[in-house]
Amino acid sequence: MTEITEVPSPFCGIGVDDLTIQVDGLSLKVSANGCTVNTPAFEQAITDTSARVDGKKVSLDIAVAQAAELLRASNQPVIGGCATDVNGMRGIMAVADKAGAVVDNMNFTAARRNFLALQDTGWMNTTLAEIKNRCDYLLVVGVDLEGFAPRFFERYLWNKESMFLDDTSQRDVVYLGKAPSGGASTSPAGVKAKVLECADADLPEVMAVLRALVKSKKIVADSVCGIAVSDLQAVAEQLKAAKYGVVTWAAGALYFDQAELTVQMLSEMVKDINTMNTRCSGFPLGGKEGDQTANQVCGWISAYPARARFSSGFPEYDPFLYDTNAMLANGEADVLVWVQAFNSASVPPASDLPTIVVARSGMNFTKEPDVFIPVGTPGIDHVGHAYRLDNVVAIRLKKLRDSGLPSTAEVLNAIEHAL
Amino acid sequence: MLIKLTGGTVYDPASGIDGQVQTLYVQDGRFVKQPAADVKIDKEYDLKGKVVMSGAIDMHTHIGGGKGNIARMLIPEDHRKDPVHRSDITRSGCGHAMPSSFTTGYRYAEMGYTAGFEPAVLPINARQAHMEMGDIPILDKGGYVMLGSDDYLLRMLTAKKDQKAINDYVAWTMNAAKAIGVKVVNPGGINAFKFNQRKLELDEQNAHYGVSPREILQVLATAVKELGVKHPLHVHGCNLGVPGNVETTLDTIQGIGGLPMHLTHIQFHSYGTEGDFKFSSGGAAIAEAINKNKNITADVGQILFGQTITASGDNMRQHANHGFASPNKWVCMDIECDAGCGVVPFKYRDQNFVNALQWAIGLEIFLLVDDPWRVFLTTDHPNGAPFTTYPHLIRLLMDKSFRNDMLATIHPEAQKMTTLASIDREYSLQEIAILTRAGAAKLIGLDDRGSLGEGAWADITVYTDNTDREKMFEKPDYVFKDGELVVVDGKVVHTTWGTTHIVRPEWDISVEQDLQKYFDRFMTMKVGNFKISDDEITEDGRGRLTTHTLNSIS
Repeated sequence: MTEITEVPSPFCGIGVDDLTIQVDGLSLKVSANGCTVNTPAFEQAITDTSARVDGKKVSLDIAVAQAAELLRASNQPVIGGCATDVNGMRGIMAVADKAGAVVDNMNFTAARRNFLALQDTGWMNTTLAEIKNRCDYLLVVGVDLEGFAPRFFERYLWNKESMFLDDTSQRDVVYLGKAPSGGASTSPAGVKAKVLECADADLPEVMAVLRALVKSKKIVADSVCGIAVSDLQAVAEQLKAAKYGVVTWAAGALYFDQAELTVQMLSEMVKDINTMNTRCSGFPLGGKEGDQTANQVCGWISAYPARARFSSGFPEYDPFLYDTNAMLANGEADVLVWVQAFNSASVPPASDLPTIVVARSGMNFTKEPDVFIPVGTPGIDHVGHAYRLDNVVAIRLKKLRDSGLPSTAEVLNAIEHAL
Repeated sequence: MLIKLTGGTVYDPASGIDGQVQTLYVQDGRFVKQPAADVKIDKEYDLKGKVVMSGAIDMHTHIGGGKGNIARMLIPEDHRKDPVHRSDITRSGCGHAMPSSFTTGYRYAEMGYTAGFEPAVLPINARQAHMEMGDIPILDKGGYVMLGSDDYLLRMLTAKKDQKAINDYVAWTMNAAKAIGVKVVNPGGINAFKFNQRKLELDEQNAHYGVSPREILQVLATAVKELGVKHPLHVHGCNLGVPGNVETTLDTIQGIGGLPMHLTHIQFHSYGTEGDFKFSSGGAAIAEAINKNKNITADVGQILFGQTITASGDNMRQHANHGFASPNKWVCMDIECDAGCGVVPFKYRDQNFVNALQWAIGLEIFLLVDDPWRVFLTTDHPNGAPFTTYPHLIRLLMDKSFRNDMLATIHPEAQKMTTLASIDREYSLQEIAILTRAGAAKLIGLDDRGSLGEGAWADITVYTDNTDREKMFEKPDYVFKDGELVVVDGKVVHTTWGTTHIVRPEWDISVEQDLQKYFDRFMTMKVGNFKISDDEITEDGRGRLTTHTLNSIS
């Protein structure tokens, strides 16, 4: 048995890289710094080691040839999931270009709420180390932060030392919308986060009032969606008084219509505060299932985020039309490719189309795909790169064991060559 | 494979060849001497009457790294105007202001360029820079790592660490980030912005650290020199875009005390405050200072009219200029106690007085700097204009009547505020070859590049001479990369993968002990996971590293 330290995780999105993992043959055990997200993701056993065509075990070559055959016969393939590392995503892009496919990251419908705001007005954002060292006021909008990333507070808010705060336990944390599911946001000094609760669907109204208060507009009402305006007034004043306030949200948690307008309201409020003689930054939460990786790689190879179509011979971006689920529902695709190297529970959407699955070993299907190729998990079975939620830092993933499973990139590149 | 390039008119300033008819021989990617008469020539190209130069090198172009990708994400409407179809040998993409990576490689190659250098590699974002550049075909590439607003360096300065310690840190960072140079952007200003400072003069102190930009420039320029790194400290100065910043720039030149220093996109730092609009040209003063101070080099950062997007590490200045965003959307980021970035779309208009004068100021500097070895042809892609405007820019430099025709079309008040019409200079082909080839290779410290001499790598561009220099330079007859034919008649015919140019200055191992403590206390990753290993560049089977020599350290 060997023990590997300083292991980075591609699963939690916040790029923790201090895990200690015991490796015994193919079995992994997280022996230090695990969490409810990372530990099961690392420890999941390998079950499938063989590719299948029509449910029968075949060699990788045969599976690749069959996948290429299906793609060649297709007029509009769609590559969904797109949950893999940088090289895997490069492979997806090459296949998509040659096969004229749609590339659609599985989290894009959530990420779209951010992209629409970004592409309309932009934003001012920050990254984890700035939060760790500078943030004196954290406003959490519409998300259970510790549910999203169990170690966020431990690593980035209640860190013992920071360069610019004398006492990190004095940081203020305020929740707007959802209440936290546990006590991680309670400071080491025992101060509980302030919670201004409202329904998700009320966030547009609440955020609009908060921005108005930040801009010193008069609000006549006493309360908005159950929150006292005086409480929101206090938040507005604290944001303006903070030296380095941070407003965080998770696009994936904003399940209501036109949530992009709430992202925009929030981002514009952050910009406003930066004209009021102090600093403030936004901080979008994401980075799971390779979503930042998919958008970054698709970004530099096609110039668009990861919902793009290549069937015209050049990339076309449409954040609504090229949604895998919409295309399947509307009969606009004729082959489904599902790439999911991180999470075997994330199965392809139900479909009668010929289906090719390139996924983490152990995926259980209600309907056996035409082609299934189990691949190694980036950061476990092979080296690679994955983007953290803050979109700046690409972490270097380690190889922890010799499973013999091919990488997503190897499989996709083989399919591309066979096309 | 032995290739013979017969009878071209050769402009090779690195070898002192200025328009002489020569025959060149290439074997295994490099120039070789004329072989014996009985040696079989595998392929001959008849270049009689053609102009032959080495492949062009863009020494400052934003082609890799996070801010460029933010720029791409920000302007889908710009991409839609310039879709790039895939072909049997090339990948699809988008062009114009901030092209996709593959398109970047093809379009540079199709203009005769064979190398491009990303000037703003944040240490924490260096992986991304290299991964993006890893998807740029044909070109060689490399990066200058950004220091000067990172909290680690500023802590060292506050703690009065000695120059040796700073040298070790700079060398360590260059190795960790796989860089060939060091850049500083608004020295300390990106950091000061995080403390809510909105401007930072050369002698103004960072509110937290009590360190001034002048001190940062001094220690970094010294470090680069003492480490033997050939590329001088690459400086994006204070007060970018601010009227009156010509004084800051002149002070920066004087203040560096003779140390080698490269001032980048100097056009943006050459503004006076005279005239009705309190905005005037400092071009002549800047050119005079460059002429006098032999330790100074500069690239221009020419602006050209039209839509582009500006992507800079200087979030302090980008934030200050966000009101000019066109279309009205922009991004600023603070990044990892390391640096920051600001991305602001811009549309430069010839009927806008300021933009028109910016255009003239850039050209004044090009034409008034005497020594072509110390000035470089850039638009600070994409900030002044996309790199695809280079042939037009070359024509402006080489053709006085064309230049004056253009001048006559810009904002009339700007015409009155520039001396451009009175400048007769026209660049020669040899001078263009210096700006874009030999000079750039020398400045960056590239061994065996930018030359057609024996032993050099055979990056070659062949043009048909044409008095319309824009037409000539936008469509070379042939481009060879490492001896392989990649472009014919301005179109990619074959793709290759270039190398990544780096240096590996030495550092004292003890520097990593302090860094490890710092990373564990304050950063969000382990120091061991921060360093980029060689295999990260090479493991995809396409990338490779070329390590260049350092100056011997006295």
